Amino acid sequence: MTATAPAPVRHAGRRGSGRGAVSAVVGVLGELLITLGVLLGLYVVWQLWWTDVQADRVQAEVLEEIAAPVPDAEDVGTTVRRDEPPVMAAPGPGEVWGTLYVPRWDGKMMPIAEGTDKRAILDQAMAGHYPETVMPGAVGNFSLAGHRQTYGKIFHDVEELQVGDPIVVEAGGTWYVYRVDHMQAVRPDQVEAIAPVPWQPGVEPTERYLTLTTCHPIGLNSLVARFIVNAKFDYWMPVEDGTPPDLVGQTAPPAEGSA
Amino acid sequence: MYGALWRALPGPAWVRALLLLVLAAAVVLACFEWLFPLVSEYMPFNDPNIQTDAAGAVPGEAPR
Repeated sequence: MTATAPAPVRHAGRRGSGRGAVSAVVGVLGELLITLGVLLGLYVVWQLWWTDVQADRVQAEVLEEIAAPVPDAEDVGTTVRRDEPPVMAAPGPGEVWGTLYVPRWDGKMMPIAEGTDKRAILDQAMAGHYPETVMPGAVGNFSLAGHRQTYGKIFHDVEELQVGDPIVVEAGGTWYVYRVDHMQAVRPDQVEAIAPVPWQPGVEPTERYLTLTTCHPIGLNSLVARFIVNAKFDYWMPVEDGTPPDLVGQTAPPAEGSA
Repeated sequence: MYGALWRALPGPAWVRALLLLVLAAAVVLACFEWLFPLVSEYMPFNDPNIQTDAAGAVPGEAPR
């Protein structure tokens, strides 16, 4: 009994070694595939969650660093100006030079940097200024790009904007208040959205515009379309005169009342 | 593969489990901080620019 017992074991072992090699390979392959699946899952977690965490942290630091003025309901400016606004000189590439305020998005504040580099600017929860477009307050189309999803998703709620909503820019000690007048989804190559007169490339501008561009639709597919918000300049005021009424939910006197 | 890793680790079972946890955490960290940002450069997602070039840089010339 004891002598015969090892024989079937050895026999089984030998027969198994052919199968054993195959099953070992299949086993390793299976483990590799499981590992790949876990890594892909991790990538999604990183893209959809961690990039927001990181970018929001950077954004908060940048806002603190540039000492962006915080809207103050106690200190609302009484005189809005509709004459020729001061225009800041174009800053160098990558420079953070202003702040974007959208009251409709729960008073969200976003730093504005020069250029639309993805890694250095857009992925840091900042709005990127298309360098070939004018600075805020100038005649022409001041245009900004920002993420719709991931990396701080600063323009996530872009479709909640309504015509007439204020979009406020602070740069060089001046508030510039624009009002939304047009929204539209376009193909990614429709650059006429940021033409000096939006949608009319080649036309000489006489008015001051602001344009936001972002991904559309929500989802990881910026391949499909872009969402465009066009706004028109309404008024400006120096930062030392207080907070623009539109930033704290009040309405500025209409154009007829001033000037 | 993971069986071999388990056998290669020293110590009693709870030490090995702990070591595996530390290793897994290190792998996740390496992925989040280094591998995924690198991979995302080659992904066509998340380009909010109004232009199709992948770099996201807009030429200084007038728009095409």
